[in-house]
Amino acid sequence: MSRRAHVALPGWLFVPAAGGALFVVLPLAAMLTRVEWGDFLGLVSSDSSVDALLLSLRTSCASTLLCVLFGVPMAMVLARTSFRGQQLVRSLVLLPLVLPPVVGGIALLYTFGRRGLLGESLDVLGIQVAFATTAVVLAQTFVALPFMVVSLEGALRTAGGRFESVASTLGAGPTTVFRRVTLPLVLPGLFSGAVLAFARSLGEFGATITFAGSVQGVTRTLPVEIYLQRVTDPDAAVALSLVLVVVAVMVIGLARGRGSL
Amino acid sequence: MRRRAAALGSVLLLVAAVACASGEGGDREPSGATTLTVYAAASLTETFTELGGLFEADHEGVEVTFAFGGSSDLVAQLQQGAPGDVLATADAASMRQAVGDDLLGGDPVDFASNTLQIAVPPDNPAGVASLQDLAAPRVQVVVCAPQVPCGSATGKVEDAAGVDIDPVSEEQSVTDVLDKVRTGEADAGLVYVTDVRAAGDRVRGVRFSESSVGVNTYPIGFLEGGKHQDLAREFIELVTGDVGRRILADAGFAGPQP
Repeated sequence: MSRRAHVALPGWLFVPAAGGALFVVLPLAAMLTRVEWGDFLGLVSSDSSVDALLLSLRTSCASTLLCVLFGVPMAMVLARTSFRGQQLVRSLVLLPLVLPPVVGGIALLYTFGRRGLLGESLDVLGIQVAFATTAVVLAQTFVALPFMVVSLEGALRTAGGRFESVASTLGAGPTTVFRRVTLPLVLPGLFSGAVLAFARSLGEFGATITFAGSVQGVTRTLPVEIYLQRVTDPDAAVALSLVLVVVAVMVIGLARGRGSL
Repeated sequence: MRRRAAALGSVLLLVAAVACASGEGGDREPSGATTLTVYAAASLTETFTELGGLFEADHEGVEVTFAFGGSSDLVAQLQQGAPGDVLATADAASMRQAVGDDLLGGDPVDFASNTLQIAVPPDNPAGVASLQDLAAPRVQVVVCAPQVPCGSATGKVEDAAGVDIDPVSEEQSVTDVLDKVRTGEADAGLVYVTDVRAAGDRVRGVRFSESSVGVNTYPIGFLEGGKHQDLAREFIELVTGDVGRRILADAGFAGPQP
């Protein structure tokens, strides 16, 4: 990141900017005031809480991995080729960004559910997605994939294709160009895409609850646990919310530390 | 290209602004009328909506608006100062909480009760015929989480029958359980009789003798902070009276337990 001399901003711009920042920070601060610090550790170290946190971290890692495996090729195809209907494909791929997660969950249910489009074939193969941790990972990947594609496609377009062309004219094959030139060039974009995908997976709730169900240690992720605890134990819900905020802040901090977000 | 995008953007912004403005106008419309706000458990949605219509027909210029939701959610909202006139919950525990927080203007009265029933998809793929069948390992059962009223009723029934169900999912609400059965994701679920009835032919109900243990009582009361306490009392009379009892019975509710 280069430091450029800035042209002075109009002073009035700071008022709405500060208002917006306050709007984001104030609710988090309000939540802090409600945390029962006395038994905070007791609240967040219960079996169900720890299970939920570990499950969330595990599934988010898995779905981030899937996002990299599928998102990188998708971003490459969208950024480096042109074909008929590309705009349409791009719009469809980005759809989960604007879709309510509940809708995503319903769509997944009718695809991978026991009576879904693919569910019966999977059943024959002995794979059951419904009510398994796999369902959580699928739900998270569905909502997080666009984040990966968008940020990597942006990075690819910004980087341009000059180095790739040079490498190609020097006799490097497409795979070598991809591996030795393109990937290293957009690694920061790939990293920030992965961080965003991880963060989105960690917060996934709507699709999980409609599609995966809720059993401790299997499908009950941290957001689902918070939603359930809220009914009987609001203190535990607030404490767990704080844990989720801290994890999210750590993830963003990690990304910023790498200077890629 | 860029100019076109900008033009499209401003048009969209304009449309959004107009839509928002008209939305506000719509909210303000019934300002001349008296509004009675009723907080009621989600399982009362159909019956109370019907009763609300009858109440409006009897009371010129009165509009009944409902907040339907999980009983404990409703109580939590009222504790946070949400304005309301009447509260009807799906279990005694939530109402006790409301009474304990001095939200009620008088003693609540029980007006209905609801029993658990096994819901299965219409073709009953796992051949469920009794509560005991739900304990079989190959049967995929969905129940309510123990934290919510239908879940605590489920626990009581399991204890009484000596059956240990190992559910594939513990849902947050009875509607979520029903949805998993309706879509065929689950082979069976434990829901209320009224839910099975409301779902029509999309699910089938299986009665079981132990269900009498897990009966939930529905209490109703008027709220201390309500602006229309007389109207609130009249609404409660409608619910507990003959008309209310008939409509509730049609939906599958049983009378209040003695």
